[in-house]
Amino acid sequence: MPGYSLHRENEDQLLDELMQQVRNKEKIDERSMWQKIADWAQARSIYMLHYCTGCGAIELPPTMTSRFDMERFGIGPMATPRQADVLLITGYLAAKTLRRVILTYEQMQTPKFVMGFGSCTLNGGIYYDSYSTIQRLDLYLPVDLYIAGCMPRPEAIIMGFNRLKQMISSGDIQGWKDYEKRHDWYRKNQDKALKGEVYVTR
Amino acid sequence: MLIVESILITLLAIAYGLFLMGFDRKITARVQKRYGPPIWQQYIDTIKLFAKSTISHGFIFDMGVIMALGGTIATLLFMPVGDWKVLSMSGDLFVVIYLLAVALLGMAMSAVNSANPNASIGIMRALTQMLGYEIPWLVVLVGMMYTFKTSSIWNLVGGQAGGFSNWNMVRMPLGAIVAFTTLMGQLGKKPFDTFIAPAEIASGPMVEYGGKYMGMLIVQHAVGMFVEIGLFVNLFLGGGANIGIFLLKVLAVYFVQVLVGNVLSRFRVEQVVRFHWKWPMVLAFVQSIWIMVVGVR
Repeated sequence: MPGYSLHRENEDQLLDELMQQVRNKEKIDERSMWQKIADWAQARSIYMLHYCTGCGAIELPPTMTSRFDMERFGIGPMATPRQADVLLITGYLAAKTLRRVILTYEQMQTPKFVMGFGSCTLNGGIYYDSYSTIQRLDLYLPVDLYIAGCMPRPEAIIMGFNRLKQMISSGDIQGWKDYEKRHDWYRKNQDKALKGEVYVTR
Repeated sequence: MLIVESILITLLAIAYGLFLMGFDRKITARVQKRYGPPIWQQYIDTIKLFAKSTISHGFIFDMGVIMALGGTIATLLFMPVGDWKVLSMSGDLFVVIYLLAVALLGMAMSAVNSANPNASIGIMRALTQMLGYEIPWLVVLVGMMYTFKTSSIWNLVGGQAGGFSNWNMVRMPLGAIVAFTTLMGQLGKKPFDTFIAPAEIASGPMVEYGGKYMGMLIVQHAVGMFVEIGLFVNLFLGGGANIGIFLLKVLAVYFVQVLVGNVLSRFRVEQVVRFHWKWPMVLAFVQSIWIMVVGVR
């Protein structure tokens, strides 16, 4: 039957693709022993630096204090970008603040991660037609994880952090490597949004 | 043999100091009605920090951190741990007092080379605070050395042998209160943590340290905590008959410190100096005059 053979061909193709995916997955898991230990420790100890521009800052104190207690997962706030592992962008970014965020991100030590909070970092949120805010954060910084919501509840934040921990310990979190590899592309977008003045420390 | 013992005591101090820091975080969490991190969290943090990448700000920046860690480990070698002493000589109490300042001076060099204003402010506060707590502490120690006619820590521990009533905590209660207060200053516990102050000067001297440098400073803090609390235990709580009892006493002293620190709020830096030069200083002088006029049992 011609139809049957066509169907078989599709099935073989599908199977090949699946096998390819499995092989790719095995290839990612080929980390050295030290790298595995480093990732294990990194997943269990996350120092966060929160860049609180918008309303996202409101949801973080209850997440850190006694009601939801983030520290039981080894997640704690840190004071400076040098010490931090994950940069939280909690809300909309005006063009001026994007400049500071880029400076902050480039000061962090690798491995480093970026988390976007709420719809403002996804597509602009309620500022979708604003002339002075940026709409999509991942054009300018490699965002590893988004937490949807306006704003996300503390439960959602903890769920997002658990997802981040899974991604770190399985080794498939590549945001900061992507930023190094495609730096020209990111820099082009940053220049476009900031009119060529990315590093202004005034 | 000396080298092996030095390495062993360093490993013990690092492991126990990190355990104390995890214990601190757990107790603090329970005081604040939280569940808190696992007690081994500080070990995981340290492993992670040593696995991260780092950038340097120059030669002095590197050397100051190594000097701080080296100075603290050198201090540790003079500390009797229970019935185990690595190095001991007459006058080693003076050596310990001098070497404890080396750690802070190393951090001062290193932090200033990073050219961060927060680091400069932080280290200035730390050195000012040291000026505050060292003087009453030294007055108490001089009184103690006068009583026992020795300045070797091992002999001072031996002078308290024979049970609870012979401990210096009972013999010189005012001196013990002063030493406990100044110990809180040395450790940077809550009322005296002006030089860390994360919300105010962005963790002060630590501001430019990331990755491996921060890991080394955490290890340095762990050893430093072990030395400073261990000195209090040796001088006022009669040391320990063996290592286990010594470590338990260190844990008990630190537990009280954490509880006291958690219910107090932070001083400003001039309030720290004023406090130390007012009440602990008066108590220290009363204790010394008491020792000289009346004498201890």
